[in-house]
Amino acid sequence: MPLGLKTFASVNDAGAALKAGGARYIGGGTLVVRAANEGDVSLSTFVRSTDPALSAISVEGDRATIGASVTMAAIARHPALASISAAARAVGGPAIRNMATVGGNLFAPAPYGDFAVALLALDAEVLEGDQATPIEAFIKGRDADAGRIVGAVRFDVPEPKKFRFAKVARVKPKGVSVLSIAAMFDEAADGSIRDARIALGCMADRPIRALAAEKALIGRTRTADGIAPALAAATQGTAPITDAIASAWYRAEVLPVHLGRLLLS
Amino acid sequence: MAKVPIQFVLNGDEKAEFVESGSTLLKVLREKLGDTSPKGGCQQGTCGTCSVLVDGELRLSCLTLAETCEGAEITTTSGLAEGGVLHPLQRAFQEGFAIQCGFCTPGMIMAAKALLDRVPNPTREEVVDAISGNICRCTGYEPIIRAILSAARSNSHHAA
Repeated sequence: MPLGLKTFASVNDAGAALKAGGARYIGGGTLVVRAANEGDVSLSTFVRSTDPALSAISVEGDRATIGASVTMAAIARHPALASISAAARAVGGPAIRNMATVGGNLFAPAPYGDFAVALLALDAEVLEGDQATPIEAFIKGRDADAGRIVGAVRFDVPEPKKFRFAKVARVKPKGVSVLSIAAMFDEAADGSIRDARIALGCMADRPIRALAAEKALIGRTRTADGIAPALAAATQGTAPITDAIASAWYRAEVLPVHLGRLLLS
Repeated sequence: MAKVPIQFVLNGDEKAEFVESGSTLLKVLREKLGDTSPKGGCQQGTCGTCSVLVDGELRLSCLTLAETCEGAEITTTSGLAEGGVLHPLQRAFQEGFAIQCGFCTPGMIMAAKALLDRVPNPTREEVVDAISGNICRCTGYEPIIRAILSAARSNSHHAA
């Protein structure tokens, strides 16, 4: 089927065009053009918007708003986003990072979507027009409502000591994820954990939270003994993917090891 | 799908073409403009052999729609030599046996150029990172890494 590209200045007009059969929104092209190249016959029209707001990064105080068309490379080099740059740098190689967008990453199926894992740990909000949706709910329901277009994501930029991110890959420095982990935690003066939020990539078909591990960390300290209950609970609620990189069994086996290393780092 | 007009600068030359809407930049470069230096490898964004510079930024031409490059400056490996003299990166690849079958070479060289344009004297780690999106199945990468470092040194001598 011949393909076509429709470009709109406004997000609303692009949204209206998406309601046509076979239309798919294109950000950087790393998912959608790839699908077309692979022969996805459900796709006949690429739709995009050139609204400059989609490409804007704004950081006011600790609050960051990142337009959906902002690339991983732009995040990785932004001085105010240094504490999350590791998650942006984890995506692809340099060319992919120059193309892949924040908006696209929210829809990337496992084993992709490493940056969305970080956004889930950061409890970001996903903005569509005036509507703000917590990222956890957004990712769960991302397959519905094809006519919606993400405008931006919004989150509090974490203090470096409160945020950890790790991508586990067999090939360094760039390989597809065995799994990825992002963790936010708040520690009291005595080192005990008051609050924790852990997100996992490749442990389901999309980023998920490790709710049991989060709960098991509350009141504990980041020591080998302190995190042991969290590691024991790490795979609860997960349904890891099996692909050419690793089996579901392997991912479940190594998750506690990597989560432990991340928490103790 | 209707054809659409597109204009951009390819290796310093202005180009104007009618292309099928939704065509990839790779297809337009190779099949419309006859620049076969970017290769079509995986078409998935994995192998990097289609890499080109769009306004100085490394991109995968197999995943870039040509229409999104309207007005852009595009650089491919075939535009690097000047007056029949190879670019220092091309010379370093040739002299350092960094080419075996050659299929990855155009992408490797564009990835290396993107690095050296930004970081003239990179570390080995920076070189490894810069070509991390480019797959080579012949050389084991070491000659390529050495060639890029060597080109960087020759560039800095040339500048001095």
